Amino acid sequence: MIESGFWSMGGYARYVWPAVGIACAVLAWNLWSAWRFLAAARLRAHRTLAMDAGSGEGA
Amino acid sequence: MWTWFHKLASPPYVYRTAAALTPWFLTLATVAIACGLIDGLAFAPRDYQQGDAFRIIYVHVPSGWLSMFAYTCMAVAGAVGLIWRIKVGHAVAAAVAPIGASFTAAALLTGSLWGRPMWGTYWAWDPRLTSELILLFLYVGVMSLRPAFDDPGRGDRAAALLAIVGVVNVPIIHYSVVWWNSLHQAATVAKIGKPDMPGSMLWPLLSMFLGFMLFFGAVLCIRLRGEVLNRERHAAWVREAIGS
Repeated sequence: MIESGFWSMGGYARYVWPAVGIACAVLAWNLWSAWRFLAAARLRAHRTLAMDAGSGEGA
Repeated sequence: MWTWFHKLASPPYVYRTAAALTPWFLTLATVAIACGLIDGLAFAPRDYQQGDAFRIIYVHVPSGWLSMFAYTCMAVAGAVGLIWRIKVGHAVAAAVAPIGASFTAAALLTGSLWGRPMWGTYWAWDPRLTSELILLFLYVGVMSLRPAFDDPGRGDRAAALLAIVGVVNVPIIHYSVVWWNSLHQAATVAKIGKPDMPGSMLWPLLSMFLGFMLFFGAVLCIRLRGEVLNRERHAAWVREAIGS
């Protein structure tokens, strides 16, 4: 298979490779957005803890 | 069994378990997806009718299967949140929704790329395609409904209800090719004991299934930690968990 036109995919390259690209993009987006979501949640939690500690000292 | 079930309702336990599982899921998913993709694209024999276009199966079918699996998970988690009032259930449902929606979009897009050379069109109002599109709308509805309420608890309950009602669409998607005349081919893998594929084509597909499932587990663990932190950020255990 590799020898006989792996990249041309038997004439279906313009359908097969974009489909593989879309799947890889969805996998990459999921990972990136999940880490970003977690990082934002951690930052929010840090800020909330700092505010809670600040209001506790003031009381 | 019940002790374990009760532990799963504890946000700190869920947060720590998800953190511990993530690298395992991610490593195994990378290996399974790499093996499946290389084997499927480079070494599996070409289909005698569809030629090399059939290789789209290795990304299309796992995406479609995951879109239904994720929706079922979301509905079950929503039901657990509604019935037992377990907050982690709603957190799981919220974490699953964007993952499931993205794989539904992937299934629709890769399917339309497969449809063009096989059916002569990118899109047809076929029962399988239409019910999968409805699944995408359901995901979008669930994701939009949750933040639409000022009270997060009401948002969670409304989203859970929509997820539970919408789960009726999952068997419709699966059996649409049996119940109605469809352009879409019938099941080739999900025939118990006798799939219509030879092993050299089937093994890469099973490897991709496994890889996508493990990847789903990894991304769910990461998102779930974020959801739990967002919901529990005033709790005492959070200080220790995030190391401040």
